[in-house]
Amino acid sequence: MKLDSKIPAGPIEKKWDSHRFNMKLVNPANKRKYSIIVIGTGLAGASAAASLGELGYNVLTFSYHESPRRAHSIAAQGGINAPKNYANDGDSIWRLFYDTVKGGDYRAREANVYRLAQVSGSIIDQCVAQGVPFARDYAGYLDNRSFGGAQVSRTFYARGQTGQQLLLGAYSALSRQINAGTVKFFPRREMLEVVLVDGQARGVVCRDLVTGKIETYAANAVVLATGGYANTFYLSTMAKASNATAIWRAYKKGAAFANPCFTQIHPTCIPQGGDYQSKLTLMSESLRNDGRIWVPKKKGDTRRADQIPEEERDYYLERLYPSFGNLVPRDVASRRAKEMCDKGYGVGPTSLAVYLDFAESIKRLGRHVIEERYGNLFDMYHEITAEDPYKGPMRIYPAVHYTMGGLWVDYNLMSTIPGLFVLGEANFSDHGANRLGASALMQGLADGYFVIPYTMGDYLASTKFKPVKVDDAPFIEAQGGIEGLIKKLMSINGKKTVEEFHRELGKIMWDNVGMGRNRAGLEKALKEIPRLRAEFWQNVKLVGVSNDMNAELERAGRVADFLELGELLAFDALHREESCGGHFREEHHTEEGEAQRNDKKFSYVAAWEFTGVGKKPILNKEPLKFEYVKPSQRSYK
Amino acid sequence: MDFKLKIWRQKNRDDRGRFVDYEVKNVSPDASFLEMLDILNVDLVKRGEEPVAFDHDCREGICGSCGLVVNGRSHGPGRGIATCELRMRGFKGGETIVAEPWRAKSFPILKDLIVDRTALDRIIAAGGYISSKTGAVPEANSIQVPKPAAEEAMDAASCIGCGACVAACPNSSAMLFVAAKVSHLALLPQGKVERKERVLKMIEQMDKEGFGNCSNNYACEAECPKKISVTHIARLNREFILAEIS
Amino acid sequence: MNKFTALYRSSVGKKIIMSLSGLFLCTFLVVHVVINLFLFKQDGGETYNRYSEFMSSNPFIRTIEIVLFAGLIAHVISGTLVWLKNRASRPVAYEMYQLKDNTTFTSRTPMLTASASLVGFFLVIHLRTFWVPNRFWETAPQSNYDLVAAAFSDPVYSLFYIVALVFLAFHLRHGFQSGFQTLGLSDKQYKWLIDSVAVIFWLFIPLMFAAMPAYFLWFK
Repeated sequence: MKLDSKIPAGPIEKKWDSHRFNMKLVNPANKRKYSIIVIGTGLAGASAAASLGELGYNVLTFSYHESPRRAHSIAAQGGINAPKNYANDGDSIWRLFYDTVKGGDYRAREANVYRLAQVSGSIIDQCVAQGVPFARDYAGYLDNRSFGGAQVSRTFYARGQTGQQLLLGAYSALSRQINAGTVKFFPRREMLEVVLVDGQARGVVCRDLVTGKIETYAANAVVLATGGYANTFYLSTMAKASNATAIWRAYKKGAAFANPCFTQIHPTCIPQGGDYQSKLTLMSESLRNDGRIWVPKKKGDTRRADQIPEEERDYYLERLYPSFGNLVPRDVASRRAKEMCDKGYGVGPTSLAVYLDFAESIKRLGRHVIEERYGNLFDMYHEITAEDPYKGPMRIYPAVHYTMGGLWVDYNLMSTIPGLFVLGEANFSDHGANRLGASALMQGLADGYFVIPYTMGDYLASTKFKPVKVDDAPFIEAQGGIEGLIKKLMSINGKKTVEEFHRELGKIMWDNVGMGRNRAGLEKALKEIPRLRAEFWQNVKLVGVSNDMNAELERAGRVADFLELGELLAFDALHREESCGGHFREEHHTEEGEAQRNDKKFSYVAAWEFTGVGKKPILNKEPLKFEYVKPSQRSYK
Repeated sequence: MDFKLKIWRQKNRDDRGRFVDYEVKNVSPDASFLEMLDILNVDLVKRGEEPVAFDHDCREGICGSCGLVVNGRSHGPGRGIATCELRMRGFKGGETIVAEPWRAKSFPILKDLIVDRTALDRIIAAGGYISSKTGAVPEANSIQVPKPAAEEAMDAASCIGCGACVAACPNSSAMLFVAAKVSHLALLPQGKVERKERVLKMIEQMDKEGFGNCSNNYACEAECPKKISVTHIARLNREFILAEIS
Repeated sequence: MNKFTALYRSSVGKKIIMSLSGLFLCTFLVVHVVINLFLFKQDGGETYNRYSEFMSSNPFIRTIEIVLFAGLIAHVISGTLVWLKNRASRPVAYEMYQLKDNTTFTSRTPMLTASASLVGFFLVIHLRTFWVPNRFWETAPQSNYDLVAAAFSDPVYSLFYIVALVFLAFHLRHGFQSGFQTLGLSDKQYKWLIDSVAVIFWLFIPLMFAAMPAYFLWFK
């Protein structure tokens, strides 16, 4: 497989402009003759479908939800970055570009990141025009806050519901196109296969989740905007139905999967309460601005927090990182919390938590200030745990919440399958090994509003299409394959539920491919995952029928894919003999215990090529060149 | 904790449906209502019975997917929460809990506790937006929005589209849902240009979908998981009158 | 006209007609109660008779009366249509429905159910006792004051009158502020004003009306 990133020539600040000029255009009158399938209606999918529809293309968009507005982008809390420099604090496109490349621990493609920084300002303009109610100052201008360790205030926000407001903005643009007839929305459809004709992505196979009917749709191009794969870990901050099926099945059809081991673990989540728990809830990392993290100095200390005297507490982040203290980046805070718990200092009923204590801040600032800053988060914590965080410390633990890896795409966001474009979290492109706070929303909307409308036109205008119909052989064949798969799943009739398999996979992943990874653990995972997968195909129990609404069947398909993806994730983690960003190999750390990159050997994108289930995938490397931001060691001492 | 459950089961849109009694045992008081249903469903699957179908996704009260009438209350007892945020510790051990789907003519039941709320999307599609074209917009800070207006718009915009207002209303009226969108956009300078058409089109679609009328008894506000105020309904009415008389 | 039919077709339009007519009927209540207060004047009903004579002969008042009836009919028709659509909007009832946790009694039992039908009944009886004899009887045997005095001396009639007033009060308790909400006038800054004026309508006016049968029963 040849990886051509198609990065335009020229200085980085001119690349996108010159590329836009060089791209071919589709005649306005011809646009409606092209149809485009968009899978997923989160920030990336909804904005792409709306913008493409507005240009005049004939867009078909699909979601497994009943409404586009339910996509998980809606749950993002913090904000969206843009270097508007409204705060007059020295922000610029260059600085956002620099921060993102550095924050990604030098594993992202410079040209893509620069473009992201470049178009991010237009996103804010666009959202304001749509009526997104961003926070305002008293003069009525847009307010900014600093976020995720950035030294400038460049984050735009709408209370703690920025993702919701941006998604509703994109949803409104999409609704407008649906009303205008340029976009047709198919609710409660899950994409199960991409259909290739002569090597081009020309359609999809979907299951109507209400009737169970397997349907096929044809188009000139397919856009996947289906989010990340964090649910491979079972417990994550993802929505329950969030899955990797679309990108995974595309991978199995020939799209390269890049850097699957780059997963992000968020340090401040509410810890798991018991085995019944279905997901983890994230709390904004802004809490670390006023909370102090500690564990008891004594191992296995079962006393209540208020009975542990000050001198018997270990404020380990303040001890280890005197200058950054509790505000170290996400990956560092997460890793250290896990380390403390692994050593036996964890607190709470499961001993898998550390304290986040506001007692001192409440004493210093007064309860009302804390209430004003974090009231909603404190309420949420109280609601979930029945513990009052104003009276005692919160218990927190890290949780998987984002995946930087995804399908490999070139500068035009096209995968290695011609005509198959991948946007948002589903692709690998912009965040390297670690994503900065408030950058996910930015990337989703940049891809959808300001990149794909151009690059799609170029693809359509420069490609020859042979006419296809859904009753052509490739469609019939793909449909038959999916029907066979469903039949197989329904007929196993074993003893274990899908839920049990998923939990078991999650445990293997979290224990061995989670925050701290080492050769022995990864090799163990690579043994256990195929074993579990084999068991799944012999012993999974489904009930009901396939030609009806059947949530168990839906999940079975998704878990079957996670059982393959998990293996690739572990495989990638094993091959990457370095630590960078969210990928921490315990064998590779500095003397102070920080991530140790190996730029000589691993300054590349690992794009894996499918060869068969259980077979070793082929590693393709896209070398990363850093012409503008020179790689250095991150330090937070 | 142990519970007796009385849950609405309905095979599909055409089935008449009925209540079925279940029992769940050893539920942690910290479990959410939906996690309690998960436990029930694993039991059911093990016994070879079909699990209870219910809509859910984010499980943190923002996606608007979940929505059950629990013991006669939309999203269950408690204020300002979605069903996924409802915790079992609020119930008495041994208690019988009744779980039903949203009931409204405009929300046909698809299966068990899942209803079709696409009527709400059609109302938005009828005009619940600002018709700004991608790229054809001014610099963000060229539009000033007074802080109080922005705050009130945000209050309205926090609607998650779950349909609890319709479910709670004795008339199955969608007025709070429609009002939240109309009010959000009418409060912002960007939204004022299309304000007349917007309110007329949205109300026309709302009526077409078969929702009832608002009789101002404010059950919607009481059950709204985002505590959206009925003052937005007053604004909707005002927008409507303005659009009608001018 | 086109605009009017469009208004009437839409759900919000019907509600607007309902509130406008309802609030108009409220102004009538004020006039009515003021005139009735002359019943208490210790002049053997002279002033009361004079005013009621004026009310039944003045051409302007007679015209307004027609408008009043039109308002009543509009209120009843729009209310009925609203009620019918509301009933149709939930074909299958809840097994358990704790509406009372969230709403007031009066808001749950508005228009056409208990209170509205009783208000109607109240109006029918009421008009039958006063308005019909005045208008249509060839020879009104007594003065209006005497009609009132006679009617209110009957305890059953008076009791019915007071019960009907309680329902009127319930109806206004919900209806008055509801009218302002529907007209979009119940913004936060006016809410206190509307709530205060509402008390006059749902509490004081029915109380004043109720004072009349009480006065004739016990003090006359």
